[in-house]
Amino acid sequence: MHCAVLVFPGSNCDVDLYKAILQIKGATAEYVWHTDTDLDRFDVLLIPGGFTYGDYLRPGALAGVSPVIASVKKAANSGKLVLGICNGFQILIEAGLLPGALLPNQSLQFICDVVPVKVVQSKSPFTSSYNHGDLLRLPIAHGSGNYYCDEVTHQELESNGQIAFSFPPENNPNGSLAGITGLLNEQRNVLGMMPHPERAVKQWLGSTDGLRLFQSMLEHHTA
Amino acid sequence: MPQEPSPQQIAEQTIYREMGLNPDEYNRIVELLGRQPNYTETGIFAVMWSEHCSYKNSKPLLKLFPTEGPQVLQGPGEGAGIVDIGDGWAVVFKVESHNHPTAVEPYQGAATGVGGILRDIFSMGARPIALMNSLRFGTLDKAHNRYLLSHAVSGIAAYGNCIGVPTVGGEVFLETCYDENPLVNVFCLGIVKHDQIQHGKASGLGNPVLYLGNATGRDGIHGATFASEELSEGSASKRPAVQVGDPFAGKRLLEACLEIYQTGAVVSVQDMGAAGLTCSSTEMGFKGQTGIDLNLDKVPKRAESMTAYEIMLSESQERMLFVIEKGRESEVQKICDKWELPNAIVGEVTNNQHLSLFQDGQQVANLPLDACCELTPVYQREAHPPEKETLPKSSSPEKEPKNYLEVLKQLLVHPNISDKSWVYQQYDSMVGTRTAQGPGGDAAVIILEECQKALAISMDGNSRYVVLDPYLGGLITVAEAARNVVCAGARPLALTDGLNYGSPEKPEIFWQMQESVRGMAEACEFLSLPVTGGNVSLYNESRGEAIYPTPIIGMVGLIENLNHITPSNFQSLGDQIWLLGETFAELGGSCYQEISSGRIFGNAPKLELDREKNLQEAVLVAIESGLVSSAHDLSLGGLAVALVKASTESFTASVSFESALRADEFLFSESQSRILLSIPNQFSALLQSIMSERKIPSLLIGEVVSDQFRISFNDELLIQDQIQSLKACWRDGFRDYFTKT
Repeated sequence: MHCAVLVFPGSNCDVDLYKAILQIKGATAEYVWHTDTDLDRFDVLLIPGGFTYGDYLRPGALAGVSPVIASVKKAANSGKLVLGICNGFQILIEAGLLPGALLPNQSLQFICDVVPVKVVQSKSPFTSSYNHGDLLRLPIAHGSGNYYCDEVTHQELESNGQIAFSFPPENNPNGSLAGITGLLNEQRNVLGMMPHPERAVKQWLGSTDGLRLFQSMLEHHTA
Repeated sequence: MPQEPSPQQIAEQTIYREMGLNPDEYNRIVELLGRQPNYTETGIFAVMWSEHCSYKNSKPLLKLFPTEGPQVLQGPGEGAGIVDIGDGWAVVFKVESHNHPTAVEPYQGAATGVGGILRDIFSMGARPIALMNSLRFGTLDKAHNRYLLSHAVSGIAAYGNCIGVPTVGGEVFLETCYDENPLVNVFCLGIVKHDQIQHGKASGLGNPVLYLGNATGRDGIHGATFASEELSEGSASKRPAVQVGDPFAGKRLLEACLEIYQTGAVVSVQDMGAAGLTCSSTEMGFKGQTGIDLNLDKVPKRAESMTAYEIMLSESQERMLFVIEKGRESEVQKICDKWELPNAIVGEVTNNQHLSLFQDGQQVANLPLDACCELTPVYQREAHPPEKETLPKSSSPEKEPKNYLEVLKQLLVHPNISDKSWVYQQYDSMVGTRTAQGPGGDAAVIILEECQKALAISMDGNSRYVVLDPYLGGLITVAEAARNVVCAGARPLALTDGLNYGSPEKPEIFWQMQESVRGMAEACEFLSLPVTGGNVSLYNESRGEAIYPTPIIGMVGLIENLNHITPSNFQSLGDQIWLLGETFAELGGSCYQEISSGRIFGNAPKLELDREKNLQEAVLVAIESGLVSSAHDLSLGGLAVALVKASTESFTASVSFESALRADEFLFSESQSRILLSIPNQFSALLQSIMSERKIPSLLIGEVVSDQFRISFNDELLIQDQIQSLKACWRDGFRDYFTKT
């Protein structure tokens, strides 16, 4: 499984994601600069967290129309796996690959914490190594992770099984609608999520619950 | 555009005073130059001779600090100190203050503090991997203080989070003396391979000088001068002297610099921080014993028709000045262009020991470098202790409290003791995936997978002890910072200091400086801890009132074996809890004294350096022998508070003591050189022998239990409560000021 780790000038979780991928036996990774558009050699496209172009406008707004994302859109439409984490999730929404919006956190403050995250959909290339209902411990670190969509969209997401992860109702750190914090597209080959699986890959980091996400992707690829 | 005053007008109308120079200093400049300086030159001298750049008031004291040791690769004098950690790796770290800017514009003031310290670190060739901060603000009952603190925290968060360097820890302390003059001391640490270390010595006749980073604007002009005077009613009008941060440019600058270093084409590099282009160019030329010509027409600018004075004194952020090898310009500039940063060759290295500035084909300044950098004034200020007020004989309250649980809860909700997660959860403490222990513990722990080692870092300072007894307070500041990293399992390596005081021109303030530095230096010497650099911030006064003398230490310790990383919380049911060190009736300056008497007075707790050293050594031996489940330093609020803080929702303490002291003295004393350990039962004898060998008083006081927190004293049950309820007090005390008001 050869993974592209997209790098924008303001990406800052690119190295963490790269290192996490290399922990998975059978996976390789390569950095791809934001002006590159040739992604054919990759099996999987990963959009890391950070602040792409500073995000002074709106998180991911500029990145959503960047050269590399145009190629990501094509790849996603052809069925390639695309994973966006944190700022990557914001970009996927800005690029129109996922529905809804990520608003500023309800507290209007950046939140960094390790929180419980529920696996809502285990039937996807990203989540097949988890069980439905598993409660993971995953780091979050974002200012705008408050997911919102209209009621019709929400119904569709529910009935299509597109909600991958959610915060439990008693522990919703950012005010997301129905606690939604991980979202699949209809074909389930695109996942955007606010929690950071790449920060939960070693015992001393406090959790290893992120590893199974990357393992799921590898299994999907080798199957 | 108004005409600049002529050299003669500057002299006659004493215009130099507005820039912060006094008549003696001005006359000395005239003497050094052999002529009257023009407007630009006067401005350059004003910033280079400000306290911020020249340390003219603090130099005689800074000499007291030990700065050498086998581990020190770079002591004070460069952007930051460098310390060897073995295997070809080194750590680079420093503390910097941004107090005055924060007082008038808290968000940008604090944010640019973070940007500045980051550049200090990567200008040495290192990749920054951890940030910390130490915040001093007025008490939270005042809306203005909440505004200042919350905006400063947002500013720190905005910069650090965006640039992607984790803020792994820090401390917050609130006191009325910081009402109008908050302190923001930021610390950064980076790592570098020995052969990648960069220096700021311009050399090689004809080598080009490269400007890299944001274009120069009219912001921050005379920031260094502003930072070297008292705050006043008019300070709000100094808002234009506060720079504006651009963390995205900072991120690109960081990556571009690290990439440029890889080319090997860099001769020298320096951050354009305080005093911007002036300080970076003069210092590089001076340190290299060469000279620099700058063509100001080539400097990328944000505003039109900027004067030489404005260009040289601007403190626009996110800029670096390089000297690179001649002929390799395009190779380096290609990297600058990749990161889409303004860049230009703005001058070259000469051999005339001068800084010469050219604009529109004319020479607009020509200054000898030694006059700017070396022949700066040095003041030996007058020092004398303040008059002692008559005080009650004892620092303990007259009466013992009736309800100890209530007192404990009062301490736990006190904003100085209470959980600061409202602050640190706004910082990304995990980016970089190196953080093994983040904010909230005694020390932060960072893993260096490059060399299979770890670092423990602590920022510390207790200005209450320093104001009660500057010398003793100085000793405690260093000892406690070292104790904190020891508790995490690290051997203290070296430290950086942030010295924050009032006006050195007042004898009682200078006495505070002198005595506290003497105390710190003595502790450093005794504990073999070199000071590799730091920052001095004076004139922290408003309305004639000085802050408490506030030295802050950033301590770095090395953990050679990752198994020795030690948490500060209890880990297993049934573990024994031990109290190491001796408890005295020492309540002067304590949190308990504050809540029981409404003020602090009396003596600071005493500190004996040999006891401290033995304690730290003994605890390290116990940790390295694998005996210790958790270690926690006893500090604010004393033993009772430490027991709650070491507890988790599922593990707490059931302890009992006997003592001839009054119960409140025993439980809330802030005696120094004490550590709380939890260990598995079977290691009890081993621990005792390690402690008795080093003559450390050690007391088995109880065990780790679930649910019920219990303290018995002289066979009487004094405190009993659900740990969850005590933890809730601790968790909400600080946060409530921001979420409920």
